[in-house]
Amino acid sequence: MGAWAVPWVVALPLAGALVNGLWGGRLGRRGVSLVACLSVLGAFLLSVALTRDLVASPGAEDRTVRLFEWIAVGDFRIPAALVWDRLAALLALVVTGVGFLIHVYSVGYMAEDPDYSRYFTYLNLFVASMLVLVLGANLLVLFVGWELVGLCSYLLIGFWFERPAAAAAGRKAFVVNRVGDAAFVLGILSTGSLLGTLDFREMARLLGEGGGGLRGHPALVTSALLLFAGATGKSAQLPLYVWLPDAMEGPTPVSALIHAATMVTAGVFLVGRLWPLFEAAGPVLPWVVAPVGAATALFAATVAVVQYDLKRVLAYSTISQLGYMFLALGVGGGTAAFFHLTTHAFFKALLFLAAGSVMHALHGQIDLRRLGGLWKSMPLTFLGFVVGAASLSGIPPLSGFWSKEEILHAAHGSGGLWLVALGTSFVTAYYATRAAVLAFLGDPQSPGRPHDPPPAMAWPLAGLVVLSAVGGFLGAKWLGAPFHAFLEPAWGGHEAPAPDLGEVALAVAVATAGVVAGWLAHRGRREPQLGPVRRALEAQWGVEALYEAAVVRPGRALAHLLSEAVDLRGVDRAASALAEAVVRAGSTIRTWQTGNVRQYAAGLLAGAVVLFAYWVLR
Amino acid sequence: MTVPAGAYLVLSAALFTLGTVGVLVRRTALVLFMSIELMLNAVNLAFVTLARVHGDLGGQLAAFFVLVVAAVEVVVGLSILVHIFRTRDTVDVDEVDLLRG
Repeated sequence: MGAWAVPWVVALPLAGALVNGLWGGRLGRRGVSLVACLSVLGAFLLSVALTRDLVASPGAEDRTVRLFEWIAVGDFRIPAALVWDRLAALLALVVTGVGFLIHVYSVGYMAEDPDYSRYFTYLNLFVASMLVLVLGANLLVLFVGWELVGLCSYLLIGFWFERPAAAAAGRKAFVVNRVGDAAFVLGILSTGSLLGTLDFREMARLLGEGGGGLRGHPALVTSALLLFAGATGKSAQLPLYVWLPDAMEGPTPVSALIHAATMVTAGVFLVGRLWPLFEAAGPVLPWVVAPVGAATALFAATVAVVQYDLKRVLAYSTISQLGYMFLALGVGGGTAAFFHLTTHAFFKALLFLAAGSVMHALHGQIDLRRLGGLWKSMPLTFLGFVVGAASLSGIPPLSGFWSKEEILHAAHGSGGLWLVALGTSFVTAYYATRAAVLAFLGDPQSPGRPHDPPPAMAWPLAGLVVLSAVGGFLGAKWLGAPFHAFLEPAWGGHEAPAPDLGEVALAVAVATAGVVAGWLAHRGRREPQLGPVRRALEAQWGVEALYEAAVVRPGRALAHLLSEAVDLRGVDRAASALAEAVVRAGSTIRTWQTGNVRQYAAGLLAGAVVLFAYWVLR
Repeated sequence: MTVPAGAYLVLSAALFTLGTVGVLVRRTALVLFMSIELMLNAVNLAFVTLARVHGDLGGQLAAFFVLVVAAVEVVVGLSILVHIFRTRDTVDVDEVDLLRG
């Protein structure tokens, strides 16, 4: 498999989106499903072949494919180029692999939707965009993908745009992401002006050992901070997380693919991709990235505890787990972060698909207070949710246990952050158990005859159960830790997991304690009344209120002022006055046109006389 | 004996004024046309006179142009006139004032 295959990884889903977008109406549902699923499957198979090449032949490392010269200003040149290195390969495999399963699941989930082909057009476009993001060989190509996935996210959150809540959620996601993206653009500009290049490999060379004389340079620190601000927007970290819970208004497979497994991890990927830059930027990683990640992890986990909407529980859980990944990056555990990214893609997609099956069976019912007793009628979904929740909680030997354990290990040296991570682990296990207990145990709380989903949805669910269950063994030391062996050359291979039995035992004990506490507290379907604490949690510790007071309300007031005073009274009135003056002038002048030929002739004569007089008397 | 050039120019001016007054005061379209012809030919006379005075053929050339254009104009004008008469049963230009504001 030569380098020629790299552009095709992107081109296949893009072609799928084009075909479905242009001729989706004529293809019929079967045709649309085939085009959408097969294009992603093709991209996945190509990715597998390319990755095998990458591992097998050392000469195939870091393949760069220049498509064309995009921007050329003097010596500053930016090609539209794709790169296939270890980091890109990992993300491409996750995106196309999990993406394919979710495409298949969507065939069942969206079967009744009237806008079937539009849905799959957006979904294929998303996969293509995400691949541009992960395969981009320089920051600008990455940014193109970054914006495109934002667009797809907006389109898919507001997919059911007739519902005001969905339309508003799409807008919110778009606007909040704009804040992060503005910082990202500034970061790109400042990086480019500092280093003179945006190419990742070139940047790594310049900032190589010792930071190339730029270590801790203020401009470099500023660049890193701006780029990280962009990452917090896309990856829903504090303080820009507010769009992700609302994004659950979109179809559930979309939540699984975009808002759990892939797009929201773009920020983590960005920091990983710019690892040399962040390392050279000195204090940014330990003093900004790690604390933000840890704070987000704990914050979102605590808020998840009081949510009643099952999908919102999962959304806060995603925010929390992304916080873990940033924590891992901040304490230098790049491989741990990406290992968690991978396992999280498995088990969080699984949880979302299980939640989607519940919604599918109960006609959209997602309120935990009205679910219950589903384990008997939906055994496969129950199994999926339990495996996902246990994996999320970090119960061995499921996948989440391995990656979370590594993050805790990486954070061990940093004291307070380690305690926060451990506390988050307890809360995570607690809310995961709470959701599972409320949704699946006890007595049914609403009428209807739920049943496991049709095969198109059941098979992807089963596939993700297997991946979530055994995916962690990719990091098992006694199997040679294939994941680490694969990824560590990406950062020069300077870290290796050193499992410490005491640490592992502590982590497992904390997770188990969380599960037991969750089960004890919720098995009777009662919610513990925590008084003011509960109110604080339900208000998201006041963050939404803060945004409401500091951003939304002043924004509305400003908009109102502009529309009333400036637009209506100023611009509109000026325009009306001008129009009225023209109309009045016109109604006066029109009377001059009498239609009488002899009057016109007299006018001509008068004009001629005036001209003649002027000419003579001049 | 030769008539001085000034006399021709005076005649030309007199004819032109006659034509102008005719256009302004008469209402019959046919007479209007005749008045216009009078004005054109008054100008022609001036052209030819001045060509003779300056010994320059340009004036005569212009006179021929005016003749040709006048002929064409009459053709178009008369056909319009005939049409107006057929549809409106009048050639009074004061009656024909549909194109007023």
